[in-house]
Amino acid sequence: MKRALLALQELAAPALLVVVAALFGTVVSLSTQAYFTDALVSVAIVVALYTFIGNSGVLSFGHISFVAIGAWTAGVLSVPTGQKPAIMPNLAHFMRHWTTGNLASIALAGVIAGVCALIVAFPLMRLSGLAAGIATFGVLEITHNMLQYEERIGPGLNAFSSVPETTGLLQASVGTLIVIVIAFAYGRSRFGRLLRATREDPAAARAAGVSIYRQRLIAFTLSGILAGVAGGLYVHLLPVSTNSVYLDLTFITLAMLVIGGATSLWGAVVGALAVSALDSYLAIAENGASLFGLHYDLPAGTRVVVEGALMALVLIVRPSGLTGGREVRLWPRHRS
Amino acid sequence: MMLAILNIDWQTLTDATALGAIYALMAVGIGLVFGVLRLVNFAYGQLVMAGAFALALASQWGWPIWAAIVLCFVVVLVLSVLMDRLVFRPLRTQSPAIMLVATFAVAFLLESIALLWFGPLGKIASSFGTLNQPVTISGVDIRKITIVAIVVAAACLIALTLLLERTTVGLYMRASAMDFQTARLLGVRANRVIGTAVVISGALAAVVAIMLTVQTPLVTPDFAFRDTIIVLAGVVLGGMNRPVPATLGGFAIGFASGILGGALPTNQSQYLPTFLFAAVIVVLLVRPGGLFDRSHTVERV
Repeated sequence: MKRALLALQELAAPALLVVVAALFGTVVSLSTQAYFTDALVSVAIVVALYTFIGNSGVLSFGHISFVAIGAWTAGVLSVPTGQKPAIMPNLAHFMRHWTTGNLASIALAGVIAGVCALIVAFPLMRLSGLAAGIATFGVLEITHNMLQYEERIGPGLNAFSSVPETTGLLQASVGTLIVIVIAFAYGRSRFGRLLRATREDPAAARAAGVSIYRQRLIAFTLSGILAGVAGGLYVHLLPVSTNSVYLDLTFITLAMLVIGGATSLWGAVVGALAVSALDSYLAIAENGASLFGLHYDLPAGTRVVVEGALMALVLIVRPSGLTGGREVRLWPRHRS
Repeated sequence: MMLAILNIDWQTLTDATALGAIYALMAVGIGLVFGVLRLVNFAYGQLVMAGAFALALASQWGWPIWAAIVLCFVVVLVLSVLMDRLVFRPLRTQSPAIMLVATFAVAFLLESIALLWFGPLGKIASSFGTLNQPVTISGVDIRKITIVAIVVAAACLIALTLLLERTTVGLYMRASAMDFQTARLLGVRANRVIGTAVVISGALAAVVAIMLTVQTPLVTPDFAFRDTIIVLAGVVLGGMNRPVPATLGGFAIGFASGILGGALPTNQSQYLPTFLFAAVIVVLLVRPGGLFDRSHTVERV
């Protein structure tokens, strides 16, 4: 019981940070609130990435495919039946008359993305290192290519317009908290520990009877489910198109994870929120607003320049990320 | 016979070979730096892009061709040395994942600088326009650039092989690619070897920039970006550690995508990336260490 309570402290810090961010979002203006909602959804995506990459130490460029699949699932299920022919004229017949509610669409997004992740994981988890990186990249390319041209399963090159925009601050924060709790529970479980053992020393883990393949398979599937849920949240936030769930999102979320510190849940949350905060701040500055008493008027496009430079700088100064890749406890135990 | 069945003509074949040749050069550029630094340079495409913009500016200013080429080389070399000094050197001892993400950041940075400077529509590099005209050899129209690309790539690869095999610094580079720690213990100077690799890889990027701008004169901020991704896949396919397999991998993927582009029926040609990357995944599953990797070792306790 005491151990469980101590463990919960490690969950408390990231969860509290998300709650604080959400609370801040309630007191700002409606246009600024959108940045907070967006940041919370990116936390969900980055935590999904962490579940596999952080615990296994294998770099995956393919996770945004599962975000995309989740977004497609939730999107197709939630566009009102009357508007489906206009947005998706070539949609397969059985999906044409079938819509679900908001929560069901997000849950199914997780299920479908998880099934896809499992199918992908069966062959791919035998790879490691760069080969795994490139193969997962291939998954991203294939998913992007199929979603773009396969109009029987979605809008193809068009954006998912007229999906009900239910992801407000509340849904984003609750959804993200659920993702964090699941990721935390997995990390504390036997499976999470075994996977981290394979990350630290694959040879020793194998010698102790751990199947690296099976542990990675479990983590990949779980993180696929979480990424799908995040994708479901995302499509209910803004009109997603194939290009908004492709390379840019892959790079920015990976950068968030590495900048925060890839080996801890706390790092994932901190990285996502820090980079989102910077991004929003610069986006507002680009529009020439006054922030903290200073008037900025940056030319459009400076945002990405500053971000790129700062990211490189953070990596040079603190290569293990802002948090050093460690978990934190809110009330550190005093050692006697 | 086989070719006729697959609906491939000589045109497709030569174009595919030229694409393979250019990709092979990019593959060497990426592979050389990987060999000594264990760094996957994602920003390589942005070096090519910078060189291409230098060419575009030169042609806009009406510079003669030799001056344009010099400018291209200067810009790319300065950028690659800067990249090495400012980013790669401080991160040299870090894990590959961190270095990779750092090169993402650099790639982002360079692309957005180009976007700020030149706008999303890009510029036209027209100095080499004459190379785009076709010559007819025994009934087949071949663009001059196709021949130039193949010849230049072959020349570069031969020069590089000579450098690696016949000079001291080449020996150092091969030694470092094999085992950097031991090489350093034996007196190989890290900075010199890495510096040489970075400069050669930059020079290759400049050559690639020249040849790609002939084929695609419109230079945009995302110029050569997709090519870099495909080449990276090719390099991993070939086997990253050594230059020759990396080059062969680059050539193979360029050639394969050229052939696929010609062989796919038009109603399926939009699925080219799917076919290409599906093939990459299958090859990686069968040969995780690369197509041309003979050793197959897994660490055991």
